[in-house]
Amino acid sequence: MKINLKVWRQKNNNTAGKLVDYQLDNVSEDMSFLEMFDVLNDSLTRKGEDPVTFDHDCREGICGMCSMYINGRAHGPQTGATTCQLHMRSFNDGDTIVVEPWRARAFPVIKDLMVDRSAFDRIIQSGGYVSVNTGSARDANEILIPRTVADEAMDAAACIGCGACVAACKNASAMLFVSAKVSQLAILPQGHSEHKERAERMVAQMDAEGFGACSFTGACSVECPKSISLDHIARMNREYLGAKLSSENVQG
Amino acid sequence: MKLESKIPAGPLAEKWARHKFSLKLVNPANKRKYEIIVVGTGLAGASAAASLAELGYNVKAFCFQDSPRRAHSIAAQGGINAAKNYQNDGDSVFRLFYDTIKGGDYRAREANVHRLAEVSVNIIDQCVAQGVPFAREYGGTLANRSFGGAQVSRTFYARGQTGQQLLLGAYSALSRQVANGKVKLYPRTEMLDLVVEGGKARGIITRNLITGKIESHSAHAVLLCTGGYGNVFYLSTNAMGSNVTAAWRAHKKGALFGNPCFTQIHPTCIPVSGHYQSKLTLMSESLRNDGRVWAPKSKEDAVRIQKGEIKPTDLAEDARDYFLERRYPAFGNLVPRDVASRNAKYVCDEGRGVSKTGLAVYLDFADAIKRDGRKTIEAKYGNLFEMYEKITGENPYELPMMIYPAVHYTMGGLWVDYNLMTTIPGLYALGEANFSDHGANRLGASALMQGLADGYFVIPYTVGDYLATIGPADKIPVDSPAFKEAEQKVHAQVNQLLSIKGERPVDDLHKELGHIMWEYCGMSRTAEGLKLAKQKIQALKKEFWTNVKVLGDSEEMNQALEQAARVADFIELGELMVDDALNREESCGGHFREEHQTPDGEALRDDENFAYVAAWEYQGENQPELLNKEILEFENVKLTQRSYK
Ligand SMILES: Cc1cc2nc3c(=O)[nH]c(=O)nc-3n(C[C@H](O)[C@H](O)[C@H](O)COP(=O)(O)OP(=O)(O)OC[C@H]3O[C@@H](n4cnc5c(N)ncnc54)[C@H](O)[C@@H]3O)c2cc1C
Ligand code: SF4
Ligand code: FES
Repeated sequence: MKINLKVWRQKNNNTAGKLVDYQLDNVSEDMSFLEMFDVLNDSLTRKGEDPVTFDHDCREGICGMCSMYINGRAHGPQTGATTCQLHMRSFNDGDTIVVEPWRARAFPVIKDLMVDRSAFDRIIQSGGYVSVNTGSARDANEILIPRTVADEAMDAAACIGCGACVAACKNASAMLFVSAKVSQLAILPQGHSEHKERAERMVAQMDAEGFGACSFTGACSVECPKSISLDHIARMNREYLGAKLSSENVQG
Repeated sequence: MKLESKIPAGPLAEKWARHKFSLKLVNPANKRKYEIIVVGTGLAGASAAASLAELGYNVKAFCFQDSPRRAHSIAAQGGINAAKNYQNDGDSVFRLFYDTIKGGDYRAREANVHRLAEVSVNIIDQCVAQGVPFAREYGGTLANRSFGGAQVSRTFYARGQTGQQLLLGAYSALSRQVANGKVKLYPRTEMLDLVVEGGKARGIITRNLITGKIESHSAHAVLLCTGGYGNVFYLSTNAMGSNVTAAWRAHKKGALFGNPCFTQIHPTCIPVSGHYQSKLTLMSESLRNDGRVWAPKSKEDAVRIQKGEIKPTDLAEDARDYFLERRYPAFGNLVPRDVASRNAKYVCDEGRGVSKTGLAVYLDFADAIKRDGRKTIEAKYGNLFEMYEKITGENPYELPMMIYPAVHYTMGGLWVDYNLMTTIPGLYALGEANFSDHGANRLGASALMQGLADGYFVIPYTVGDYLATIGPADKIPVDSPAFKEAEQKVHAQVNQLLSIKGERPVDDLHKELGHIMWEYCGMSRTAEGLKLAKQKIQALKKEFWTNVKVLGDSEEMNQALEQAARVADFIELGELMVDDALNREESCGGHFREEHQTPDGEALRDDENFAYVAAWEYQGENQPELLNKEILEFENVKLTQRSYK
């Protein structure tokens, strides 16, 4: 099939970017969306034009690296899937597809479709862990965790840290990402004792990074490739934060 | 070179405990005087970096992805083994040891494998303490399953995302140490050379992938935790960025490379759909518990299916060949990975393959659905079926799945002694990057175990012994000549890649290499084919260095440039793999030489002549490498022929 692409090209964070038109004539419907970009880059390279830079690695929906904003939707038209899991059979012959990077103040563009998501790492560093050293653990079966609780923790833990929730949110809030980690660790007995401080610190770090406030529109959860539930945000607000949404514990 | 494996004396089960006691310790107050570089943040790297920082060492951790959490360990699905014997089904440390040694077709060290089995139980405790949400029974105890044909249930899992959850656990421990100021992170930073001076590893040269800046980092010890090299085949289940560059460049600086030809090919992957294919997706091995593998009996039917004239469901029962059940009545569809893979290849070589390409066989759930009901099958495999449908556009509840083998794991890697030290003092290799404990074939759910064993429970002891021996003063500054010279070389290579300005994009050359490797050094190998492959690779190397086309600059984000350097190294590694496969005149595990098989077509080992680790020593550009042998001694297991009939 024939596909018309409008792709965001931006040399680096200091220069302005713009949408550039490309046309591909021989797209197979079995191609993945990223394989279509491989084909585009191959032809650009052969012509001597700079290939399009984009993040990707596992290409099977688990590493969270791929991050394209396709026709106004984070990760494109499919729900519950990442960009790399999208296939060209989701489009029609002759379609025009607009491809942009994640847009958020806290995710500056590095080049073309690639952004800097290190803010997410700093949020985890601010408290997204259980404070336990290697070697000091007791026997795993001494902590009994009912299956339902383990399942709920696993639902939250499935977050791949892609940032689609931020890209989908009109306020560029990272609340879904943050609440998923807070929730996972708080409902497990291992993480419970630190739960309050953890939530405070992570939210404070989120604010410090320049993510917006959550107005609970739910756009994040709809676009989340792992369908992380809004319940986690509700739980975090209710149980761990109370009214206090920032803290003196902020670092850096 | 004399290879010293440093295997401790004493009875097998006491070796590790005795060894730990004999290792030197670094005094707690002195630990902060040492710097350790950890390259890679997968299970091996993240667990090592976190544990060493907790002890008080200063750690620098590097990865090429934008975050340590995205290392390819994240993609492991199935599970992790541990000899907990929670199921009371007869498991023990010795049984896990025995299964792993035997599964590896007796080409691994007894002492290492036993240590791995010993510490496996601590890994599960550690991960649970971190908040890893392993699957649980209703009563709250941990759930287990049997995996990869094991006769006991010792595999722990977190849905189909075990690797993700284990890595996020290690990443959280790492993040905590970053916050404590004990680990400095360098994401989007690629190691491009190792600095060796006075016979010791002194540090690394890196390229900042965002700015292109080449930088030096000095340390007392360097740990390579850089994963496997399956992408030498271009198509594999590895992530697109997985590469051999760090290990290869260390090899060229003097670290021996062990058993490079030992590759694992996984039987249940989604087949290639076209020339644009960029990677292959694994479907969990557990599918073979209920799916039946078959191909059409006749070539004619296969061709009609390939052309789309008939559907597989149109073929009557007696027109189908359930070839695994037919050849291996005892194990049927559950034969080990290498056996299942080879048989699928043979069927396709005979022209009986399916799909448009003829390179696929069926994995059929129709009987299982009839027997257990769709609901049960959905509960077991629903997410896998969904993933299959997303990729292929076909519904596996209605049409049989199509599968084909794909490169999945590399057992070979940098040669290390019992302390995980390479042949360069101060340079260690952990996880898939070392030549490892898996011999010639890795059992399912044991790579995650090994990565975490190395990082959490082995290296914190063994690296201390080295550091205590050299002392805190034994480190050189980054402006010393050894660093400057290495930096110069990296600059020169980067500039050379950009200045060739040839005709062929990097991927195009990489695909050609992959094709050669798959054809001649893949599932089954012959002397003749390997010799041909060597010539082809040498020609490809020339072609690469005269005709690669890399656009852009070095001082910017330049993905083609990154990839070009990786492919250059893959080409050299490919040649060594071929040499190794040619040298190993036997079949064992994943290495199948057609000349060496039993009358009924099974792998035929030659224990008399090949019970050794082949450790290759670099001799200079375009020179044949020198073979060193580490003879493997078996004192606790009896070497037997594998049989799955
Ligand atoms: C699809 C799939 C499924 C699997 N399923 C299972 C399973 O169920 N059970 C099991 O036991 N095993 C499984 N395996 C195998 C297992 O996942 C891997 O062997 C293991 O995770 C490797 O871990 P690692 O830490 O050694 O390397 P990786 O996780 O690959 O990490 C490599 C790290 O090195 C970094 N790196 C590499 N080169 C450089 C460089 N030059 N400079 C800087 N950084 C660099 C990368 O950025 C990354 O951080 C699976 C593998 C695959 C591919
Ligand atoms: S919550 Fe969902 S969208 Fe947000 S980072 Fe996690 S997986 Fe991505
Ligand atoms: S590339 Fe890993 S999730 Fe898409």
